Amino acid sequence: MATKNKKLSLKDKYQYLTRDMAWEPSYQKKEDIFPYERFEGIKITDWDKWEDPFRLTMDAYWKYQAEKEKKLYAIFDAFAQNNGHQNISDARYVNALKLFLTGVSPLEYGAFQGYAKVGRHFSGAGARVACQMQSIDELRHVQTQIHAMSHYNKHFNGLHDFAHMHDRVWFLSVPKSFFDDARSAGPFEFLTAISFSFEYVLTNLLFVPFMSGAAYNGDMATVTFGFSAQSDEARHMTLGLEVIKFMLEQHEDNVPIVQHWIDKWFWRGYRLLSLVSMMMDYMLPNKVMSWKDAWEVYYEQNGGALFKDLERYGIRPPKYQDEANKGKHHISHQLWSTFYQYSQATNFHTWIPSEAEMNWLSEQYPDTFDKYYRPRFEHWQKQQEKGERFYNNTLPQLCQVCQVPTLFTEPDDPTQLSHRSLVHDGERYHFCSDGCCDIFKHEPEKYIQAWLPVHQIYQGNCEGADVETVVAKYYHINIGQDNFEYLGSPDHRRWQAIKGNKPLGAGDSKDAA
Amino acid sequence: MSVKALYPYSAEPKDLQANFNGMQLVYVYWRKHLMFCSPFAFLAAPDMPLGDFFEQVLRPAIAAHPDSAGLDFSRVEWQLDDQPFTPDLAASLKDSGIGHKSMLTLTTPGLDGIGGSAT
Repeated sequence: MATKNKKLSLKDKYQYLTRDMAWEPSYQKKEDIFPYERFEGIKITDWDKWEDPFRLTMDAYWKYQAEKEKKLYAIFDAFAQNNGHQNISDARYVNALKLFLTGVSPLEYGAFQGYAKVGRHFSGAGARVACQMQSIDELRHVQTQIHAMSHYNKHFNGLHDFAHMHDRVWFLSVPKSFFDDARSAGPFEFLTAISFSFEYVLTNLLFVPFMSGAAYNGDMATVTFGFSAQSDEARHMTLGLEVIKFMLEQHEDNVPIVQHWIDKWFWRGYRLLSLVSMMMDYMLPNKVMSWKDAWEVYYEQNGGALFKDLERYGIRPPKYQDEANKGKHHISHQLWSTFYQYSQATNFHTWIPSEAEMNWLSEQYPDTFDKYYRPRFEHWQKQQEKGERFYNNTLPQLCQVCQVPTLFTEPDDPTQLSHRSLVHDGERYHFCSDGCCDIFKHEPEKYIQAWLPVHQIYQGNCEGADVETVVAKYYHINIGQDNFEYLGSPDHRRWQAIKGNKPLGAGDSKDAA
Repeated sequence: MSVKALYPYSAEPKDLQANFNGMQLVYVYWRKHLMFCSPFAFLAAPDMPLGDFFEQVLRPAIAAHPDSAGLDFSRVEWQLDDQPFTPDLAASLKDSGIGHKSMLTLTTPGLDGIGGSAT
């Protein structure tokens, strides 16, 4: 390529380094090279119509990411040298990080694998490059998250074996199975699931709560990671919207397929985010906003505008949106109740909200907290004061699809569980909702294979017949250190020592803050 | 509906009763007692008499609830897999029609959870 201009224009560079990297095969059939591109029923007539709004090329990508990385690690170093963990609001906050590191960071790794795979399987060069970059981003995110939180591992319990736990611990099968479901689907469903439903529609309900939570609670390491990932996330969201519009514009036959995926992955994502709802309302000592308010801003308003925009393609809002909107008054309380009673089997601590926190919850949830949930917490608090802290010693029934215990209530009756059940091929299955039951009915062969932690324990596949053995040997949770009540835990005592106070005794109900 | 795949797709259920070493799963849901976050999952022998299941398995599981002291199993309105059910305490789980992964539901009028809050 002899040329006078040594520097290419941005437009030329984009052309050479992305679209021109593809070629028309001559001795293999295109269908054989890209076997996954058509079995889902999505029809693509012209890959050149793929728009890449960022026009980022690999050379610029490396340079840009390297600069961000340098700044990020300088701050991690400063954080560690200054014992930054001593400046957080309260040690209870670290439990949100334990949830993040075991529940979310491994999903970033799953996303890295997923985007690497679909990037291989699209015949369009523009989509391939976008997926390749996102794949590398996701790998960077998991690495930087681990580094951001590694400092906490030196000072607090429960962070020591997150990848092992992600594959085994009962509640972590919720995020794990979500991603496994997406990664075992075809490439177009994967992008609808992760790029669109997760990254575009719901990401503000995952990422923002954790990063704002970090900012409100003095966790500079995690906040800085958040800033470093922000420009990547913007790119991922744009890819999510582009892939949906591209599929819808390519062929009208794609519309019902995409609509079904949106219905499914909205509901799967909503169930997964129930973990975030309890984090926001219960685990952050300094609250950012309530789950209800976050849902209203980030889903009802922003999502509402998005689906209005997609109306012209024949797309309607997700099927079970109304159920999700009703659930905003309940799910955080239901989830925290669940984790409180099964704290013997978690790598993080739980506690009864302080009086001030309960009053905040009453204000935020005027129609539901005092009526349905305060009596529960006050009863447990009394038990705790008597030295009879409540743990549920029987394993819970799990939903066959989302794998959350079947704990959610009817959209219009918070006194009844929205349990559903059906028989398929002579076997009975149980679900938490109509949304999950519908997903099962659409692809029963997929979900009958679900690795449900409770059933695996009862089948004898988890190194022990009792909870204590499973928790210690199979989960690698250190009993008495990582699990159980926060008050009186080693984390709590260590925090009191850092702050120069005497530790409170176990069962003491005084505000832990 | 079924899975779309590049090849004929079939799969075996992960939780067949044969995988439970001669035992079976039984779920129990006590309505309006949501202090227990979801129905219980029990592992039980199919030939266990229902009376023993109630007293030896279910009773200890619900003991932490203040309403459990006043709970008389003979006055419960029962459902088995959403159908009305009349327990015969002497009959085994299997002979009572309580299959693998069946769910028993208890409705206990007058016992509506702590302070009537369905907790």
